[in-house]
Formats: sequence, C-alpha cells, structure tokens
Amino acid sequence: MAKLFMKGNEAVGEAAVRGGIRFFAGYPITPQSELPEYLSWRLPEVCGTFIQAESEVAAINMVYGAAATGARAMTGSSSPGISLKSEGISYLSAAELPAVIINVQRGGPGLGSIQPAQQDYLQATKAPGHGGFRMMVFAPNSIQEAVDLVYEAPEYADRDRSPVLVLMDGCLGTMMDEVELPPFKELPETICKPWTVGYDGTTRSGHLITPIYPEAGLEGKNKLAVARTKRWEENDVQVEEFMLDDAEWVIVAYGIASRVAKQAILNLRNKGVKVGMIRPITLFPFPKKSIAELDYSQVKGLIDIEMSIPALMREDIELQVLGRAPVYEYGRSGGVLLDDDSTEAAIWKIIEEASSNG
Amino acid sequence: MAEKIYTKPPCLLPLSSGFCPGCLHSLATKLIAESIDELGVAEKVINVLPVGCSTMNSLYWKLDMVTSAHGRAPAVATGVKRCRPDALVFAYQGDGDLASIGLSEVLMAANRGEHITIFFANNSTYGMTGGQMAPTTLIGQKSTTCVFGRDPDTTGFPIRMCELVKELEAPVYVARFALNSPANIRKAKKGIKKAMQNQIDGLGFSFVELLINCPTNWGMSPVQSIAYMEENTMKYFPCKVFVDKTEEEEK
Repeated sequence: MAKLFMKGNEAVGEAAVRGGIRFFAGYPITPQSELPEYLSWRLPEVCGTFIQAESEVAAINMVYGAAATGARAMTGSSSPGISLKSEGISYLSAAELPAVIINVQRGGPGLGSIQPAQQDYLQATKAPGHGGFRMMVFAPNSIQEAVDLVYEAPEYADRDRSPVLVLMDGCLGTMMDEVELPPFKELPETICKPWTVGYDGTTRSGHLITPIYPEAGLEGKNKLAVARTKRWEENDVQVEEFMLDDAEWVIVAYGIASRVAKQAILNLRNKGVKVGMIRPITLFPFPKKSIAELDYSQVKGLIDIEMSIPALMREDIELQVLGRAPVYEYGRSGGVLLDDDSTEAAIWKIIEEASSNG
Repeated sequence: MAEKIYTKPPCLLPLSSGFCPGCLHSLATKLIAESIDELGVAEKVINVLPVGCSTMNSLYWKLDMVTSAHGRAPAVATGVKRCRPDALVFAYQGDGDLASIGLSEVLMAANRGEHITIFFANNSTYGMTGGQMAPTTLIGQKSTTCVFGRDPDTTGFPIRMCELVKELEAPVYVARFALNSPANIRKAKKGIKKAMQNQIDGLGFSFVELLINCPTNWGMSPVQSIAYMEENTMKYFPCKVFVDKTEEEEK
C-alpha cells in the first residue's frame, strides 16, 4: 500500500475516521489543533459529525451524549484541556460509555508550555477523573503506531464499554512522517445496540444511561471494574522489549522518549555497553511482568527516561523491581526536548557513577 | 360502570413520585409527559436528565434517558441529537443546573440552534442540596447561604434566563410560564407541547421556563409558596412568549 507523508495529528484524525469514528467534538488547543481542523472537513465527507464545542467540558459531554446513542465518538485535547475533560471522562466510565480520547501532551503543570512533554502519565494511568476508575491507555512512539492504535482504540472502547485514552505528545502530534493508512472498517448498518438510547425500530422505551446508582449497585459496579482491570492486565498488555537478552542496564521509556532512548542505546551498544529497553505500549495495563521477570542476577540497574521531571513512571517500575536493582531516572521537562547525545551522555553518567560507587 | 377519563400519562411509570408534597416539579413533569403522549412520540423521545431534584425523574419516566453531569445536559443533548436527528431530545433542568454551573452549555446550545427542547424549572433555589442561594434567588429571599436574604451588593441579581436566550439569533421559541393557577397551567401546557412540536417540525432550539415553587426549602406550606410566587417570583420574572419564530414561518 502506498505510503503518505502526514502530520501526526492529521494522520490520527484519518485513522479515527477509518476506524469508524463518526462523531468528534473538540476545542482548539496547541499542540493538537490540527486534529479538530482535519476532522472539521473530513468527518462530514463520511456522513459523520464534527462539532467545535464551546469548551473542553462541553466537548467531552457531547461525546458522552453521542456515545449514549451508540455512535463511535472521540475527542482530543492537550494536557490542560484533558484536566477540564476529567469530569466527563469519569462520567463516561461510570455510565459505561465507549469513547476515544486523544491527549497530545504538552508541558505542565498549569498552562505550562505549548511544547511537547510527557507530564500527564499519572493523570492518565492513576486518576483521569474522580472516583477511582481506570481506563486503557495507549502510548504510541511513532506516527504509524499512533495511527494503528487510534484505528483499534474504538474496538477496545466498544468491547469494554469504557473510555480509552491514546497518550501522545506534541512531537508526535506536530511532526511529519511517512505513514501507511489502514483500510476503512466496515460499520454496522445501525448504531443501535441493546443498551443504547434511541428508537431502534422495535417497540421499546426506557433504556437508561446513567452515571449514578443506588449504593449497593454502585459497589457492585466498582467490583466489576476491578475484574475488568484484571482482564486487561491478563490479556491486553502491549510492550516492546529491545535488546534485553544480555542487558545489564534496562531503560524504561514510552512514547517519544523511547525513540530517543533507542538511538542512545544503539550508540552505547556500539561502545560495548550492554543496555536494552522495555517500552510500554499500554501504560495501563502496565507491562508489570516485563520488569518483574528480568534476570536480576544480570541487571545492574534500570533507568526511567521520560520527557518529564520528575519521571512519573518510576513508582510503577519500582513496584515491579522491588529493590532487586537500583532505579534511576533521566528526563527533560516543561517542553524542553530530549535529544540523542544528551540522553546517551546521561545514561553513561548514571552507569559510570553506579559502577564507581559499586 | 364509571368511565375512566383521567389517568397518569403512559410515558410515566405507575409509581408515586419522590418529590416533596406540594412541589410543582411533579406537575411540570406531568405536563411534559402529557404533551409527549398526546403527540404520540414517546418511543422517539430521548430525555436528558440534569443534576438536581429532577435527576429523580430517572425512576419515573418510561422513556429512553441519559443522565448527565451537573449543568451539562444541553451539551449531552447536542451529542445525542446530532447522532439521532430522528429522535426528540429534551432536557429538563433546574435553575442551579442551567443558570449557574451550566450557563455556558445552555447558551451555546441555544446559539448553535441545536434542534433540542430545554425545559427550565425555576424555583429560585438549590432544592436537592438543601436550599442554597441560586442564580435565580430573589433579592431579599432567604436561603441557607444567604440567611439574611439575598444581597445584590455581594451576590448580584437574579438572572432572567429567557431574556438572555431571546437575545440570540437562533432560538425559535422562548417562553416563560408559571404553574401557579389552573389558567396558567393550561398556558404552560400549550407552550410545552409547542416546544416539542417544534422539534417534530425540525424548526430549531426551543426554551421553556417554568416558574415553580419549593415549599420545603422556602419554609412554607404549598399554599403559602404559591402566594409567594404570585407576589414576588412572577413580578420579577414576567410570564410571556419572548420569541416565537414558528408563527412567522406559518404566515
């Protein structure tokens, strides 16, 4: 199939259309604005709906309404906008509504910076809203992988009747790269499903989509959510393991940071340093086993590399290492990008200091 | 054998409501239900519920329903209607929900001219949370967060929503009614039905405000609360049809 040269945000928009997304509500925010821009003309071409909402809050609630009818619905934003959407994300989870959410991360906290960053890991994986719920979080490290994950995201959302987050960053969103687009998915003739609202042609009335339950019912829902999380951990973990066989040093990095780290690893390998990488593709469920089952008689240390200060994934890594090896971190933050040379130097420095201390 | 000439509207379940005795939410709900049944559209209706006393309606309606977050009903209704243009989508919101936390959502849905119907129940208080000051609480009216009465110097003035909505270009029908007397109830019923009919006719955004009471939080008997409405509420919030573009189009 022919490859195209596309900007990340636009490629993701096209992947969503091909994956069956037919409703998008969004609000302009850098660095993801090309996504609503693209979909504003692209969705009507496939009889879909685009709405430029008055706010991030309204956008996620429009998605909530669309999802209640069974339409495949998506919204996108960048870090501060995702905070505003967190109310709606919690409600989507409570009401068991499928939806795809794209976060093209920028520097934080606060208004932060408009430049790329990876400072929303904790929000994405631990508390995307109030009420102690989780959702699947995908973290592509290339435009092609972003396309492939966004294309499949509605399937996970529909399967679990849950919001799904694709956690990108300003680099992936705004850079251009070659990309192979997947074919259009065949969509069912009707958006109606047994649980959706809206007359389906048969005699029925009284379907309720609700984010509020009686106490015992809510506790039951909470327990079901725990069981679903376990299923995710058993079946849905995606991870890339790179040069781990003889690795004495293991980098853990996701998204754009893993691209930079990979180059640094290749450079260090050329210098004889035994370094490899674990790259979570699903941040939630987190690839616990890959880290827990490392050969700790061989591994001298792990280095968490993120475009975030502090490195936010570190606690999840440490929970799997359980003290069997030291965990270090290196990152740039606030919109300052990682680069190959500094990252290689930082890894080398950590290894050297650990060796001289050891 | 006696003939049954009055019964509960079929689109309401045969249950007694949990609204307080004398509360006009029950009556407003019944008027909407009657209108839906008289129009024969129950199975095509999608009812978007707000947050407040009227969230309880999820237990009473026999309609497809979506419960939304506080104030967000017009945004949720927008998503629903855009995906199901064949459905009749309405939301019934209280004054805290619509005129305070959801002011943006309702005005912007109105401004886009979404083909939805918004019923706005204005009882000048936050009923469900125990009677705090609402954006519609009258000057001097007491609440649990203005115990000496609403003071405009620090809390501003009651918001007249119809008067805000009517300034927008898109809405096709904007009207305020009071449910204080049989005559006014009949007028309100006519307006409610019209606001639903407008959606059947594909006309655009309809907004119907209903002045109601809250005997519990006003600390009054139901009869006293109606008298208070007539002497105070209805004087500040004039009952009339502000916009009716449906008449123009019929000409």
